[in-house]
Amino acid sequence: MRQSFDDISAQLRARHRKSARLKWISMGALGLAALFLVLFFADMLVKGLPAFQQAKIQVEVDYSEQASQIPLAAVNEDVRPLVSRGYLRLIPGRMRDNPDLLGTTRMEWVLADGQVDQYLKGHHARLSDKEKAVVDRLKEEGRAELPFNTTFFTSGDSKMPELAGIASAAMGTVLTLLVTLAVAFPIGVMTAVYLEEFAPDNRFTQLIEININNLAAIPSILFGLLGLAIFINFFGVPRSSPVIGGLTLALMTLPVIIIATRTALRSVPDSIRHAAFGVGCSRWQMVRDHVLPLALPGIMTGSIIGLAQAMGETAPLIIVGMVAFIPDVTTSFTDAATVLPAQIFTWAGEPDRAFIEKTSGGILVLLAVLITLNATAVVLRKKFERRW
Amino acid sequence: MNMKVAQRGENVMKQDQPGQPVTRNDDANHELSVRVRDLDLWYGDFHALKSINMDLYQKNVTALIGPSGCGKSTFLRCLNRMNDLIPSVSIKGLIEMDGRDVNESKMDEVALRRRVGMVFQKPNPFPKSIYDNIVYAPKMHDLVSRKADQDELVERALRDAGLWEEVKDKLHQPGTSLSGGQQQRLCIARAIAVQPDVILMDEPTSALDPISTATIEDLMDKLKQQFTIITVTHNMQQAARVADYTAFFHLGEVVEYNDTKTMFSTPHTKKAEDYITGRYG
Amino acid sequence: MQTNQLLAMFSGSLLLLGLIAYFLARGKAARVRASGTSMYAQPDQYGWFTVMSTAGPALAVGAVGSFVMLLVGAEIPPLLLLAGSLVVACAGLVIGVAMVRPDFHARQAIERVIRFFLAGAALISIFTTLGILLSIVFEAIRFFQMQSFWDFITGTTWNPGASFLAAAGRAEEGASAAQFGSVPLFAGTFMITFIAMLVAIPIGLLAAIYMAEYAPPKVRTFAKPVLEVLAGIPTVVYGFFAAITVAPIIVGIAGFFGVEASFNNALAPGIVMGIMIIPFISSLSDDVINSVPNSMREGSLALGLTKGEMIRDIVVPAALPGIISASLLAVSRALGETMIVVMAAGMRPNLTANPLEDMTTVTVRIVAALTGDQEFASAETLSAFALGLVLFVVTLSLNLVSVIMIRRFREKYRVNNL
Repeated sequence: MRQSFDDISAQLRARHRKSARLKWISMGALGLAALFLVLFFADMLVKGLPAFQQAKIQVEVDYSEQASQIPLAAVNEDVRPLVSRGYLRLIPGRMRDNPDLLGTTRMEWVLADGQVDQYLKGHHARLSDKEKAVVDRLKEEGRAELPFNTTFFTSGDSKMPELAGIASAAMGTVLTLLVTLAVAFPIGVMTAVYLEEFAPDNRFTQLIEININNLAAIPSILFGLLGLAIFINFFGVPRSSPVIGGLTLALMTLPVIIIATRTALRSVPDSIRHAAFGVGCSRWQMVRDHVLPLALPGIMTGSIIGLAQAMGETAPLIIVGMVAFIPDVTTSFTDAATVLPAQIFTWAGEPDRAFIEKTSGGILVLLAVLITLNATAVVLRKKFERRW
Repeated sequence: MNMKVAQRGENVMKQDQPGQPVTRNDDANHELSVRVRDLDLWYGDFHALKSINMDLYQKNVTALIGPSGCGKSTFLRCLNRMNDLIPSVSIKGLIEMDGRDVNESKMDEVALRRRVGMVFQKPNPFPKSIYDNIVYAPKMHDLVSRKADQDELVERALRDAGLWEEVKDKLHQPGTSLSGGQQQRLCIARAIAVQPDVILMDEPTSALDPISTATIEDLMDKLKQQFTIITVTHNMQQAARVADYTAFFHLGEVVEYNDTKTMFSTPHTKKAEDYITGRYG
Repeated sequence: MQTNQLLAMFSGSLLLLGLIAYFLARGKAARVRASGTSMYAQPDQYGWFTVMSTAGPALAVGAVGSFVMLLVGAEIPPLLLLAGSLVVACAGLVIGVAMVRPDFHARQAIERVIRFFLAGAALISIFTTLGILLSIVFEAIRFFQMQSFWDFITGTTWNPGASFLAAAGRAEEGASAAQFGSVPLFAGTFMITFIAMLVAIPIGLLAAIYMAEYAPPKVRTFAKPVLEVLAGIPTVVYGFFAAITVAPIIVGIAGFFGVEASFNNALAPGIVMGIMIIPFISSLSDDVINSVPNSMREGSLALGLTKGEMIRDIVVPAALPGIISASLLAVSRALGETMIVVMAAGMRPNLTANPLEDMTTVTVRIVAALTGDQEFASAETLSAFALGLVLFVVTLSLNLVSVIMIRRFREKYRVNNL
């Protein structure tokens, strides 16, 4: 006697429940990953957004003879601890550059001390009750504000949080990535062209292929060891410089560019190659005039993604000394420099609460740049995507 | 359209006795297994099956023939709702089995597939041992639980599928290690192990060599004593050899549904005759 | 003269010579052609060939010369070297122009040179691997000349000596000799990796299952990039997040249950690292699950199995080699991950099974050893390379096994898009 549909359905009930459970659990796993991403970004925004504001207070600055000797004397005693020391230190220089200032007294908006900044943002600050009272009074009189923090984007590193900025690190990142691109892009594309279009299928070629795949999976810190032992100690490349950082990152980026270029080359159909050979092109002419132009969008996309990866990399750069304290923006490829992620790492190690804010602010900038780069890559790919 | 067809006398059977074969095969069983009425199916905008009417009988072999793309495989896959897996499909009409419409919302498609098994064009054994390939589904269905029962079930299914003698010493080797014809018989054994009412076969021999094909044809002849077999085939000789009834599909319609002998000797429609005599297809 | 000026002059003259070579050869070829003789190649191909014959040998001489200086330390005056290579360039020019003859296959010669260059570029990846290996091995050998290999592998005390202790404010203990027993470092590394895998493998695999088997196309196009964002966040950012946000939460939760947890506990970097690795597992598993042939799914559904049973008993087992391979890659990545542990894990070598205590890892010690004020030849600095060597060997073997497994899987189902 065979079972009816209803009998079977009744037996199936528990199994359907179990089946649905798998669906919900797997959906939950994906949701969990997404939830983490949301929490992470929320946390970074909450911590980092205040970094784009910086307290300024309006005080009377007395450009007296005494102030050019002892900058502290330029402001009144009751607000003296509230003004950034870094700002005060600049006063004698400004007076030298602009002699008209001497003897005048002006009401000026000046950079406040990092503690005042934290207090105004409602965080814990190391200020005495008296100082707090002064800040409160200034605020009531409209003489304490939290305007947009331009210092953060225009100055280099500093031990004083109110003066610390990402400019030198950003410049270091640009220089380093220029070196990386200049080295990794041509070599990567050439390697890929060789492997896809020229190389015979023999053991040696296979060895290169396996090696490239492996290189892509080697821990990044080992590239740092290579940079230290070979580039710095053997070839004498200057330590901490964009050149050494760029070279080290180039070797790391190489496999990414090679793999992306090979994929792009492979997606060009053989009919194009046959057509080029058919009109009498040599192999190199075929590659240069017909295959490479068609593969270019894919190559660009892969290179941008590789560059974005290199941009976020920190570990190998620490090993080659790129976590230096760089207060001034340099444009030399061989001087000591730092990069954005390294700057974030250095700030993360500072005990001052104000630096947590700076770190998160730096992270927001870094993430914004990375997301822009990756979005560009995606747009490029979408725009030039071609189905054969 | 229908008018024209009727004028040319092509759709005789649909007009007079919807769904029944034109000529009766007196050797065949005539207990109803599946009743199909006015079945339409669309892939998105494409009208793939047009108002199909067919009565399929129990413990027979019914062959579906016709040129590529005529809808015969699509029709077959309606019977165990495998088309559900394709998101763009929409279906209208009645497919009745055991007094129930298989497309109704209360119907559990898993329960349906339990009773309507399927063998595919390409053998698709699971990446498990021969033994586990067969015993896996019955175990899930709670048909067997004790080890001895499982052993017995595996042996019976493999014997029924004519594979026992060839594999009895290597039951724990992977199913994929067998030859193509053996794999297909393993898939048949797997299907009959869950004791379905109907077995659908979608061109089960098209990927096989002639000897394996002959073995599977013999097997179909034997299996029809226990199961209703509905098979799609490209091979007309195969339909002529194994089927009790044959339906000729063309452009999503059943042009002729007839007793196999009549179909291959004196078809009632011009199109079927043209196809069978090889004018096109 | 300064080296920079010297180099500028050298490249200037080389460029000039190249230009002269191009126009001389092209002109000659054009004249031959104009006289009615048919040639094997186009005039500008002869031109390019001569440029190559001029610049190629000259650059090679320059490069070999400077390399010899570096390697042997022999002093060749830079001026002499550059002048020498310019002479070679002139000779190349003369020979190149002389070779412009109708029966000379300039195009094939160019092709050969280009091919040579492309192959040379391809070799750089090999040199990189060799470079990593050699730099690590040589320095590691120097380390093992100072310290016993056996103690390094089996020792349970990592105490590189006074400098580290001084930095930790415990200088008085520095009297004892330096010890380099790496077991606690590896224990910490494996503990954190284990925690990371505990997070990443289930979430990654389940997310892949959802995307491959359940998700409607819209969700899929949205969810894939979201997961990839997780992989794109720099590790230094994860490290900061682990140290500043996750670790205090864990300490708080532990405190709620009356358990004491360190702010540098192993759990925080482990969990955050696991989250970072989710996309590695999910995207590879997603590919692998998608490449399980549909006939497997149809075959199991046709037997009256539920979708869940199909996934659990047929699809996932069929995809298992790929999933394992993805997990091995993920393990390899977790072992070598540096920034998260440098920022969130402890500095103290600690042999414990309690993930709430602070532990240190191999990569943390590598960074610590190479960022101190140690001189390069000290045992502590060199210990970084010994640790690096072990890390290299372990990750390399994991990668190779993973590659072999995925290749087997690919052959089994004959899919080539992995």
